[in-house]
Amino acid sequence: MNKISRRKLIYGGVAAAAGVGGLTVADRAARRYGLIPPDGGGIYGPGETLTYACQRLLTVHTPAREFPRSMISKNPFANAISPPTDEFKRLQAGGFRDWRLVVDGTVAHPLVLSLADLKTLPMRSQITEVACEEGWSYIAEWIGTPLSEVLREAGVLPQTRSIVYFSYQPNDWWDSIDMTDAWDPHTLLTMGMNGGDLPAPFGGPLRLRMPRQLGYKSIKFITHLTATDDIKKFGKGLGSASPEGGYAWYAGI
Amino acid sequence: MRATHWLTFIAFIALLVTGGELVISHPRFYWGEVGNVNTKPLFAIPIPSSRDTVPTGYNYLMPDQNGWSRYLHFEAAWVAMLTGLVYGIYGLVSGHFRKNLLPERRDWTWRAYADRMAQYLRRKPPGSTEESSYNVLQRTAYVVVIFVLFPLIIWTGLAMSPSFTSAFPWTAALLGGRQSARTIHFIDSGLLLLFLLVHVTMVAVSGFRSRMRAMITGYSRDSSEGR
Repeated sequence: MNKISRRKLIYGGVAAAAGVGGLTVADRAARRYGLIPPDGGGIYGPGETLTYACQRLLTVHTPAREFPRSMISKNPFANAISPPTDEFKRLQAGGFRDWRLVVDGTVAHPLVLSLADLKTLPMRSQITEVACEEGWSYIAEWIGTPLSEVLREAGVLPQTRSIVYFSYQPNDWWDSIDMTDAWDPHTLLTMGMNGGDLPAPFGGPLRLRMPRQLGYKSIKFITHLTATDDIKKFGKGLGSASPEGGYAWYAGI
Repeated sequence: MRATHWLTFIAFIALLVTGGELVISHPRFYWGEVGNVNTKPLFAIPIPSSRDTVPTGYNYLMPDQNGWSRYLHFEAAWVAMLTGLVYGIYGLVSGHFRKNLLPERRDWTWRAYADRMAQYLRRKPPGSTEESSYNVLQRTAYVVVIFVLFPLIIWTGLAMSPSFTSAFPWTAALLGGRQSARTIHFIDSGLLLLFLLVHVTMVAVSGFRSRMRAMITGYSRDSSEGR
């Protein structure tokens, strides 16, 4: 009995030491390679960090799923949006000619772009699925210019760690992505849908579509992009408005 | 071994509660890749939803708790998966699966299943061999839960992730699409709940206190107690 207890004690001790050592090494590596999400603290932090770190490592070079044209949903569902402000209605009445996208932060050349300016950049069309965290989904063709084209135009500085993006209601509707997602050609500043202009209920005139994450990450009515080396400086420091409302910053699952 | 049982229990309860909560934000299930309120569902659960965009026929909304439910669901999924990994490796290496869980060769007949089932239905007490060994029905149930239902629920869960499926598109395609994965995930969770209910009932019938003591301390004193 005594002997077994001692052996168990030694095994247990070795296992615990290996566990603590492993966790310490993993934590340092995760910090070094940016694998800890901005909302990686608190009781849900360990699960959130594991999910983000694993999926980030798995998907660095994987393209989003694309679908054949025949799979485009006949009746896509536009989720409920808050009623448009007077300012939005005025811009809409003018055919969004006065809609502007401001690009600033850690960039060499801050920009102010109209939709016409954006359309002079290389355009791309992709047929991808919008999957809502609630469970429903639809497939559509999305047309626009990759975010990476705008970032290249603006000359993103090397210290940049995240791109923050704001809707026309910037205080309660903003989000951010890491540079892997920012440079991904599927991350699309979307202006068109299914061959036409992007309708307002689907986020028109400008939506940042990110098909490798759930729908709530693809914010509608984009007016402002900020490159930053410190995401903690924005809002409550959780990386987006979503965690402030209880939802995870990373929406890959 | 007993630690993995209780860790799985805690994680499973958390998954069940949060999973149930997540369902009410869209209590409709579809087959194929896509599905939304403009699509005909395969089936819908007749409960109120937490979203006013879902036509449920009820004119009130359930509270929306998806934020923390999602956080906890995924954290508990990690606990369950890592625990399952430890349990799986231990079960293979120690021969636990082969010796204790795989139905014995002589029981690979319908007859063996029918006989044991009849014994349950007639409420005859188990024979002496079952004090230290599982019978064919128990073994089959455990094998199905451990090697079919749990792996399937992990697979279907991951097949709903737009990020995971960008790396492994076949995980969704093989199931018929993302919505099929969600539907199978839901049905699978129902089967696991059914197992939990039967499992707890059986424990209760065979003496809740002594079984719990055995599963917590590791010592079975059934024979000396002469129940």
